[in-house]
Amino acid sequence: MREQLRDYIKAHMIKDTTYPLKDTEPLITGGLVDSFSLVELALFIEEKFGVHFDDPELTADNMDTLNQIMANIEAKQ
Amino acid sequence: MLSTNTYKIPISMDQRPETLLDQARWLLAERAAETAVVLIEHENEQRLSYTEFFTGAARFAGALEAAGVRPGDLVVLVLQHGEPVLSGFWGALLLGAVPSIFSFLTDKLDRARYFDSVRQMVEHSGVRVVIASPDLHAPLTEHLSGIESLAAVLNLEAISGNQAAVSETQLQEYLHRHAAQADDTAFLQHSSGSTGLQKGVMLSHRSVLNQVASYSAAINLTPEDVVVSWLPLYHDMGLIAGFIMPILQGIPLILMSPFQWVRDPKILLWAIHRHRGTLCWLPNFAYNFLATRVRPAALNDLDLSSLRAVINCSEPVYAESHRAFLEQYAYYGFRETALATCYAMAENTFAVTQSVLGTAPRFDAVDRRALMEDRRAVPVEGDVAAMTFVSCGQPIPNCEIKIVDEQRQPLPERAVGEIALRSTFMLSGYYRRPEATTDVMAAGWYFTGDMGYMAAGELYITGRKKDLIIVGGKNVYPQDIENLLNDIPGLHPGRAVAFGIFNEQLGTEDIAIVAEADAEDPEARADIMREIRGRVAQSTDVMARYVHLVGAKWLIKTSSGKVARRANREKFLSEVLNKSPEQR
Repeated sequence: MREQLRDYIKAHMIKDTTYPLKDTEPLITGGLVDSFSLVELALFIEEKFGVHFDDPELTADNMDTLNQIMANIEAKQ
Repeated sequence: MLSTNTYKIPISMDQRPETLLDQARWLLAERAAETAVVLIEHENEQRLSYTEFFTGAARFAGALEAAGVRPGDLVVLVLQHGEPVLSGFWGALLLGAVPSIFSFLTDKLDRARYFDSVRQMVEHSGVRVVIASPDLHAPLTEHLSGIESLAAVLNLEAISGNQAAVSETQLQEYLHRHAAQADDTAFLQHSSGSTGLQKGVMLSHRSVLNQVASYSAAINLTPEDVVVSWLPLYHDMGLIAGFIMPILQGIPLILMSPFQWVRDPKILLWAIHRHRGTLCWLPNFAYNFLATRVRPAALNDLDLSSLRAVINCSEPVYAESHRAFLEQYAYYGFRETALATCYAMAENTFAVTQSVLGTAPRFDAVDRRALMEDRRAVPVEGDVAAMTFVSCGQPIPNCEIKIVDEQRQPLPERAVGEIALRSTFMLSGYYRRPEATTDVMAAGWYFTGDMGYMAAGELYITGRKKDLIIVGGKNVYPQDIENLLNDIPGLHPGRAVAFGIFNEQLGTEDIAIVAEADAEDPEARADIMREIRGRVAQSTDVMARYVHLVGAKWLIKTSSGKVARRANREKFLSEVLNKSPEQR
């Protein structure tokens, strides 16, 4: 699941499949994902893993790293 | 109180008040109990009548006056979207002061850089008072210390927390406090310029009211219209179409925050549904965003049939974006004839052209080769490579357009050149920047820097001068991005280039950066890319989607030693983007 998410960000958000994206790398403040892409990412998560995020949850505080996103997904499963 | 069916739009080609304050007095007399604005915040709606709206403005006027604001002083609002920013703006107007709304700090932006940009603007423009939201009040006070012109940084909490009621007498007193003149500056719009060079566009009462009259005529504004908007107010489209015009014309404005809309785009659609919205302005990307980012399950029973126009403005218009929006929302009652386009800029108060409402905008398919090589838009015949442009419509009343060459000489129909305009609602100048004003204004004409052509009385935009990139409605200057990268360790100074690449899926441009670096170790390269992306996001609030490192001497330079953006863009497209990773 983590790897699918990582691959999705690399392929769709920054268009660079060779990029070594870390688990702790800040996605929003690091400029890899913007607010529009974050909505897209939430839709991808819902489609693939059946986990729904409410729109107010989609913030930099809550979703800034792969680790954070994974923890949020796991908490909802 | 007048009932809706006898109400006539007060500002028209035949009649208009002298100043915004005259209109405020009229509105309070004639529309007191009518809806001025409905503010939507998550599940809540707050309705303000004109009396309530101007009472809020009078409260701010009192606070500003107490802080030492006098007629002609600059007042800057650093506030989240909501009732206070509207009241603060009108509060300053009531005093004859000059309000301006500054963009708000976001998650992505670096705080220190953001505060620096506020300081630069406050210092250069000689701002008298800043009104800040509670969370920004302390840091802004600190960052703005020692500026001579600045009398105070007011905390919003202290103003809206003041429960002392504003009496009817006080309200009337503030409404009659200042005798404005038609040629006085009413407010400043901050034109997107490159960072640090943000230019304050001065607009007189006369210009604003002339624009409202002409634009209302161009869209046949009626008393039955309801404007629905999520647009930011620090941008001309949001400020004029999504605030000033509906308020002055006495028609309801349904307003929500851009931050909330981005996270939950369906709130715009449901606001249209609930309030029977008729008019909505959107930048091009929003058509794609709404077409692809709203779950159909969230749209049961949605009815968009009340819309008579959704007007595409402030970004290049793409036919494909209109098609995607129509395909998604026709089922919910949205009509193809409600698709509309507009070309606008802060320097003309707002609109320059507008497509005819009730008919879908025209397309013009032109010969690609003739456009590129001869700079002529020749309609395609037979089987040749074509480019399709969407018409931005005709000049609105009292606005003229001419297309000029590099010597600013007029060009004929279908020749591509710079768009120049002349109107009764142009800027008075850039605030405290006479040199910037004379650069772009001559003999009554304003030279826009945008490129386009005229055909059968309609304007088609083909590009922007100065390699401007427009990302989600936000203007980004490539030189600003390139300047940010100069001192990144591992990059060759001055050997980075930024440009835009159209993203069909999103309906807007992506930022691409190509930079020369020596590092070969993948981790070291990734660190450089991290630094590039981080700096861009924290300084400009947009993301650099493509960051590509190349070896020394990859970038093409011009004969004068500058990085050639267009040539490097072509090289990137052919050598990098259109190849698989293994081929690069």
